[in-house]
Amino acid sequence: MRVGEGASTMLAAEVNHIFKSYADKAVVNDLSFSVARGEIFGLIGPNGAGKTTTIRMMMDIIKPDSGDVTMLDEKLSEASKNRLGYLPEERGLYRKLTTIDSIIYLASLKGMDRHSAEEKANELLNQTGMLPHKRKKIEELSQGMGQIIQFIVTIIHDPELVILDEPFAGLDPVNTELLKGMFVDLRNQGKAVILSTHRMNEVEELCDRILMINNGRSVLYGNLTEIKSSYRSNSVILDFDGELGEVPGVTGKRTNKGYVELVLDGNTTPQQVLERLVSTGIVINRFEVATPPLNEIFLKVVGKSHG
Amino acid sequence: MDKTLLIFRHEFLHTVKRKGFIIMTLIVPLVALLAMGGFQLISGVAEPPIVEEVTIGYVDNSGGFEGYTQQGKVNLVRFDTQDDATEALVAGDITEYFVIPPDYISTGVVSRYTLEKQLVAPEDIATAIRNFLLSNLLAGQVPAATVDRVEAPLNLVTTRLTETGDIAPEQGGFGTFIIPVVFGILLVFAIIFSSTYLLQGLVEEKENRLIEILLSSVSARQLLTGKVLGIGVAGLVQVGVWVISASLLLSLASSSIGGLISTIQLPANFLVLAVVYFILGYLLFAVLSAGIGAISSSSREGQQLVGIFTLPLVIPLWFMSLLILFPDNPIWVVLTIFPVTAPVEVMVRLGVSDIPAWQLAASITVLALSVIGTLLLTSKVFRTYLLMYGKRPKFGEIIQSLRSG
Repeated sequence: MRVGEGASTMLAAEVNHIFKSYADKAVVNDLSFSVARGEIFGLIGPNGAGKTTTIRMMMDIIKPDSGDVTMLDEKLSEASKNRLGYLPEERGLYRKLTTIDSIIYLASLKGMDRHSAEEKANELLNQTGMLPHKRKKIEELSQGMGQIIQFIVTIIHDPELVILDEPFAGLDPVNTELLKGMFVDLRNQGKAVILSTHRMNEVEELCDRILMINNGRSVLYGNLTEIKSSYRSNSVILDFDGELGEVPGVTGKRTNKGYVELVLDGNTTPQQVLERLVSTGIVINRFEVATPPLNEIFLKVVGKSHG
Repeated sequence: MDKTLLIFRHEFLHTVKRKGFIIMTLIVPLVALLAMGGFQLISGVAEPPIVEEVTIGYVDNSGGFEGYTQQGKVNLVRFDTQDDATEALVAGDITEYFVIPPDYISTGVVSRYTLEKQLVAPEDIATAIRNFLLSNLLAGQVPAATVDRVEAPLNLVTTRLTETGDIAPEQGGFGTFIIPVVFGILLVFAIIFSSTYLLQGLVEEKENRLIEILLSSVSARQLLTGKVLGIGVAGLVQVGVWVISASLLLSLASSSIGGLISTIQLPANFLVLAVVYFILGYLLFAVLSAGIGAISSSSREGQQLVGIFTLPLVIPLWFMSLLILFPDNPIWVVLTIFPVTAPVEVMVRLGVSDIPAWQLAASITVLALSVIGTLLLTSKVFRTYLLMYGKRPKFGEIIQSLRSG
């Protein structure tokens, strides 16, 4: 499932030229993008770029000054709120309420009836290993546990679109992996997942498409693989055993820990280099076209737009 | 279920389960019951105080004061000279003496001598001396019954009639005064507690960012309505428990204990007005608290701001003694109609005098209109500032958003 493919009903969210300013300072400045069902969409950008404001406008928590937002093929209404899941960046729960009561109350506000909310809550608590903490008060839970509960609250009503603002902040590696697995499950069920984060390695690992914003404007938007290849430098990464002599078409060599980066001249393709390397008889453990990490692209793009 | 109803239910249950709420609801009837029990216990055990017989002396330089020397427990002994009397006083035979001078009839002056340091002459002694003088002066001139009447000429019993001339069901006096005043005070507590719960809840949700999850599920209007009503009904339950227990306790008290308690009455319409003014007063303060909760960044800051508005609520209690002395002053009409002071002022005034129907109507109308007005203003700032964390908006910004919102 890719954007642009099929009918417009494939779109989970469509944002058209939204503007929002506070006290004459533009926080979101003419932003447009769309998110398809069945994809994980990365919303990235430095602090204060306007990510949270954008998300709040998508959730109808605040209204854009102009422009419009279509969620799940309709203008946001009280009814469509039941089909959305939202995990805000800074979060908390009723400290004095028990885990299960918190989940059921917040699920009921999403239109679930008590019985099915409890049933689903038990299922999700079991899946996340939180079942033993069902009757504990929220204030007795650790921060990471609280976050898992909040994630359960976000998805319990089986939303078609889930927006997660910095979902990994404060989580240990075990829980991070747990959540990642659940995000991928959501995507595989055909749900749209919008992931807003600073952590570029997670974006690279999970996201199909991204929107990078800076100062409220879109600076990068599209398929992650395509973006990365458009930023690639003309070099390959090689890990090998044996003696590497001169390779035709390679103009430079940078030795790193565990691998060597070969810089190619303008006329040589990675494919040709691979053929030449194979013919030299060295043992190749790893060979890949070097694409810059998203982090580097991020710094480059944000740095440029700052300059 | 409708989402407003869900929030209502959650807030109601959350409030009535609070320890502070339960204690406050039960402690009022409990204290009243204990006070009644204590009263009964004391009045049952304590015999009327035994007054010792006292002997006091007198010197009659005027002449004619010989009879009636036994005035209740006070025994009067005649001495011929002041020196004899002083001697007897020093010896401890008498506790004090007085001298009736020759010109007593024209001046009325009587000199009293005692060993005690006193502020004024004790009431029983003064009465005994007075009655002794009266009885001797009038002896033989008027019938004995007239002497008794001259000693105590007035026992004023007031009965209030209705306009049709029947005996009014509701009599004045301190009996009708006590309950409304106590209720005025309780109303202040109930309104302040309820709106504080609302404020705390809102600021808590703002502080832990739950507000974003809530607003992504329900509208700001649903949230505000559900909260205000949920906590309000909890407060109403509290006031209801007090009202019902007050009437039960009173009927219990008046049948078992006599005296002042049996004269305590609930003024007519009082129960209805107590509930009406709680509802309207609460709504006004609840909506104000919600607006303040939205703009304040911590619950302490919010409570300080709410404090400014709760001061006028208690003003009627400060001026209660003036109200008793000057019940017809127009200032009370102003306080009755001014919305912030109205709930408590009406309660207190009901105990002192009647409130004309037009004043009650005006008071309730103004209060209801203020509730609506405050609601309109609050709903404008509510959504904007609930999401603004960390800093409180400046006054000018709020005014601006009131205009543009």
